[in-house]
Amino acid sequence: MDNLVKRAKELLENKTVQVVIGYEAGPTGVIRPAFITDPEKAGKLIYNDKCDQNLAVYLTKKEVKNFGKMAIVATLPVMRSIMMLISEQQLFAESIVVLGISADGNLLDIADINIMQGYIEKSDLSNPEKYKALLAELNKLNPEEKFAYWQKELSKCIKCYACRQACPMCYCTRCTVEVNQPQWIPVQANTHGNMEWHILRAMHLAGRCISCGECGRACPVGIPCHLLTMQLTDQVYTYFKVYAGTSDKMNSVLSTFEPNDKESFII
Amino acid sequence: METTRKLIRKQSVEKLYNALTSNRQVYAPVVAADKQIEYRYNPGFAEVTFGHIRSTLSVKNVVFPKVENLFFYTNARSESTITDIDMSRIPEVVLWGAHPCDNAAFDTLRSIFCWDIKDEFFSKRLEKLAVIGLSCHLSDEYCFCTSVGLSPDSKKGSDILLSLLKNGDYHADILTEKGNEIVKSAADLFETVSDEKEVITEVKQKFSHEQVTSKLSAAFEHPFWVENSLRCIGCGACAYVCPTCACFDIQDETRGKNGKRYRSWDSCGFGLFTLHTSGHNPREVQSQRWRQRIMHKFSYMPERNESLGCVGCGRCSSGCPVDMNIAEQLEALQNI
Amino acid sequence: MSDFEPKVVAFVCNWCTYAGADLTGTSRIKYASNVKIIRFPCTGRIDFMLLLKAFANGADGIIVSGCHPNDCHYTSGNFHAKRRWIMFKELMDFMGIDMNRITFSWVSAAEGAKWADVVNATVTRIRELGPYVSYKEMVDKSVEEEVKNG
Ligand code: SF4
Ligand code: SF4
Ligand code: SF4
Ligand code: FES
Repeated sequence: MDNLVKRAKELLENKTVQVVIGYEAGPTGVIRPAFITDPEKAGKLIYNDKCDQNLAVYLTKKEVKNFGKMAIVATLPVMRSIMMLISEQQLFAESIVVLGISADGNLLDIADINIMQGYIEKSDLSNPEKYKALLAELNKLNPEEKFAYWQKELSKCIKCYACRQACPMCYCTRCTVEVNQPQWIPVQANTHGNMEWHILRAMHLAGRCISCGECGRACPVGIPCHLLTMQLTDQVYTYFKVYAGTSDKMNSVLSTFEPNDKESFII
Repeated sequence: METTRKLIRKQSVEKLYNALTSNRQVYAPVVAADKQIEYRYNPGFAEVTFGHIRSTLSVKNVVFPKVENLFFYTNARSESTITDIDMSRIPEVVLWGAHPCDNAAFDTLRSIFCWDIKDEFFSKRLEKLAVIGLSCHLSDEYCFCTSVGLSPDSKKGSDILLSLLKNGDYHADILTEKGNEIVKSAADLFETVSDEKEVITEVKQKFSHEQVTSKLSAAFEHPFWVENSLRCIGCGACAYVCPTCACFDIQDETRGKNGKRYRSWDSCGFGLFTLHTSGHNPREVQSQRWRQRIMHKFSYMPERNESLGCVGCGRCSSGCPVDMNIAEQLEALQNI
Repeated sequence: MSDFEPKVVAFVCNWCTYAGADLTGTSRIKYASNVKIIRFPCTGRIDFMLLLKAFANGADGIIVSGCHPNDCHYTSGNFHAKRRWIMFKELMDFMGIDMNRITFSWVSAAEGAKWADVVNATVTRIRELGPYVSYKEMVDKSVEEEVKNG
């Protein structure tokens, strides 16, 4: 990843950006996010197939934004998150530089948002293969089995909200779970409260989830909560023929409509 | 009580376990389908694991459950009635096979829940709890009990502490009256000690907690906090898996005329934890919350509760989605 | 199940279905009395969480209804609602929550007879399905979990 390091160093040296958000290996060897502000430290940046966190979550973080203009190491899901954030007015295209990474791990030349859009458009935007298989299995179950499966999984949830905090699209400063007048979601972490929490989360991400899998990866108790949002990603495509995060100007699916939207269950 | 050491053979451990589960709730660790280590009530002995390093969640829920109902109420037009919780419903629990760090945490929790007023729910649950601990014969890079004044075979918090011997038998240190009761109820399973060697893992000391504590008193404004918490996403995973974190939220939940007040786990890492009604938030950004986490455990608690808020189990670090490694940070802080 | 009387909650918009239901009454059309109507300004205001709350509080069936497409008092509330219902239905199906228990319909202020049909059909269907035991069990079990606090 010499190219990445070189480019990051340049950007910091010529003061195009004030911080580079990327990956480094921590002292125990675990890959983690890095925030490089000093060009001399750009050498810490790495990229390999273990760099799977969706870094776009930091683009809306106050203390990171405080540095000034940000460069970000961006794989496809990160680029799509950036599109979502711009289209939802959470980020200005001018405040970032995208250090795109191709599927085979090489530095891409993403000079502006249009080029990024072009790259996204020619990529496969459906759910990643490993999740497709899991989704297919679940979809094969009958309703009772599905309900039992999700009860079992969600009973483990401790409501730590790591899934929410890890998702770039969950940027609300006050989440609906924290609204208590009225109390939409029970605060307690029991199966029922957890079920309602996850239905709410999935609905709020319908048409906005870009299938990075970060929420499931972040969960400390291993709940595959990303499958809920990814199922809806599939359904959004089936019904409305769109994938989230493909342009900086798109309206999200649930905040728009077409008069001739098709369904078959309203009488 | 004078502590004694006995021997319990491999085969007898199973008998002891079965005897206990026959008339009590035994909370023991198992390897779940997804390979996570979780505690369950009365699993079959064959399922119980003796080779785990750390369970995903701590066992603090036996004394500080994720939801604790405090009372029930009914609102009539002119008056309301309050029904207290029937404390006699709190069951007797034997905690089986928990490691010394987790067991030491009960003392830490007591120093929080009983520091002025004795919290009745916590105290009752602790009173009904007997702990059969298991010294660690395995550890990993996240463990740091030896840096916080404990060790893989420390006895704090256990009523009986089992330690694996080279030949597969166990030494049983009988440490309290509660432990003694259990031993007496199955006296024939306990034999005289042999000179077989114990298998205890080695955990390298990473820092001196005294030095961390002394450094922290002047480190409140240090740039360290921002630099080292930029990647923190502000979830509650660390606090919720931690055996000593005790923050809770209190809520009323009403359905029609009836309702209940309960407390449930909370975390000082959440943005809204300190948000005032006025809109002012004294801990506005994540670095302040991360600072609070470490300060509370390593500065405020030693000062006020005469206990350390961390037992070195390493859960927060192994469970953190962004590798906020507490031992690494404490190591850095001692030299700040 | 012969003595089972389904509890059905109807979430309806003020301008069409509520007025339609009124017309059912003034036209003296008889229909099942199992339904409890809750009036909303518009289908766009009927949050999916409300449907879940109804199930959690003991509803066996739910009706959600408003103005026909293009007739919404606020022009587009029902178009937005339609998209949301599509997603909600797919999510519920994926999680095994019984969508046969929810009727979605468009009933205008002039369709008093249709309202009676919608309610009757829903009540008959729920009568066949029986009480929504599995959802209630989950809610009750959750309360048990707290008592045991495992
Ligand atoms: S997969 Fe999860 S973290 Fe990623 S965008 Fe979807 S909901 Fe957010
Ligand atoms: S990260 Fe996991 S445990 Fe935490 S709130 Fe999300 S699903 Fe629940
Ligand atoms: S702070 Fe971390 S290492 Fe210390 S007791 Fe809590 S979870 Fe364990
Ligand atoms: S007012 Fe009836 S659906 Fe909007």
